[in-house]
Amino acid sequence: MSKLKTTPAWTRDEIAARVAVDIPDGAVVNLGIGLPTKVANHLPADREVILHSENGVIGMGPAPAKGEEDYDLINAGKQAVTLLAGGSYFHHADSFAMMRGGHLDVCVLGAFQVAANGDLANWSTGAPDAIPAVGGAMDLAIGAKKTYVMMDLLTKTGDCKLVPECTYPITGVSCVSRIYTDVAVFDLTPEGTQVIDIVPGLDFDELQKLTTVTLTDARAS
Amino acid sequence: MINKISPSVEQALAEIHDGATVMIGGFGGAGQPAELIDGLIDHGAKNLVIVNNNAGNAEVGLAALLKAGRVRKIICSFPRQADSYVFDELYRSGKIELELVPQGNLAERIRAAGAGIGAFFTPTGYGTELARGKEVREINGRHYVLEHPIFADFALIKAETGDRWGNLLYRKTARNFGPVMAAAAKCTIASVHNIVELGEIDPETVVTPGLFVKHIVKVRRTATGPAGFKQDKGAAS
Repeated sequence: MSKLKTTPAWTRDEIAARVAVDIPDGAVVNLGIGLPTKVANHLPADREVILHSENGVIGMGPAPAKGEEDYDLINAGKQAVTLLAGGSYFHHADSFAMMRGGHLDVCVLGAFQVAANGDLANWSTGAPDAIPAVGGAMDLAIGAKKTYVMMDLLTKTGDCKLVPECTYPITGVSCVSRIYTDVAVFDLTPEGTQVIDIVPGLDFDELQKLTTVTLTDARAS
Repeated sequence: MINKISPSVEQALAEIHDGATVMIGGFGGAGQPAELIDGLIDHGAKNLVIVNNNAGNAEVGLAALLKAGRVRKIICSFPRQADSYVFDELYRSGKIELELVPQGNLAERIRAAGAGIGAFFTPTGYGTELARGKEVREINGRHYVLEHPIFADFALIKAETGDRWGNLLYRKTARNFGPVMAAAAKCTIASVHNIVELGEIDPETVVTPGLFVKHIVKVRRTATGPAGFKQDKGAAS
């Protein structure tokens, strides 16, 4: 595949900030391990957003100061966190009931691939020598009212990660509704893959050339 | 008189037998009953089936039990971590069997065992390779996979405070699997840092009612350390 490096591109913090704009006041949100955790740093100060972590906490606050870590109070990435006033703890079955039962508004996840129909692949590359591990990925994928993905549009070797059909083992069926990438934001709809935002400096035709699924331009003009 | 307080870890674990299925609480380091796992290693039971979210960190706790060669099979959701090299080596050399279960299904299968549920349909995992060979059903337009309970002979869990009836309180996110494992095992053994008189735990706040617990044993409090991710040099104590 081509070694084409997409420029211009949003930085990881800019992608996180773009996601944060779409999270409404009062939403209950689960931010997946890795890139999605950055979204917490960009939530507008005038919005109250409640963060859930599947290991059994809701109302997570910022990371503790160095030296103040309490490793009985961690997130799903096993990093020390804090609890805001109003937050609470609960056991694992309740925590996943919150997800599976549709009580979370938004879940933001990383991905290896997303298919145009919303299929998500983010738990395994299917490599034969890899040790499998799934954690809460399959529960997160199908649990929230809206599942968003944050990822680069292309792999390091230039392959498009928004695909007609996932080639990696899937995590969930038709579960992703929106993808935030370094060059564009896509809505996956029954009518097709709609582009709702493009990084300044890139035009729609250039974006289509990078992408292996057919796009329609749905940007607000 | 009911008195579930064991004088020692050794006596609390005495009934564990070779070939037992043992649930061990904890998510990474939080809630992992390190003293009970060390006691299980000293006890010597072998050919065990272990149920835990992970498969051990570094060479302590569950990883030490694996390293001692006592575990035949592990049922978990996330064995592969930055510091899971003991499990990784056993798995690659075919010395341990793995049943990989999505985390929410793991929790619910454990809950179902304690709640007397014969099996349940869950949307998690539908259409994935982890649901291969399992019964699926469409209910009200949504697809579900049939999952069965996970029962255990023993559960080893870590709590914060207990009383002689076995009522338990936990600490922060160390609660994780404790309450559901306590109900799913025939014999639940809880380590606690404080033992209080009956009635001192506010009945409105009891998390695990004592009927789910057979033995409690007091262990010295030590701070839970970081586990499960790459640590900066010098960060681990």
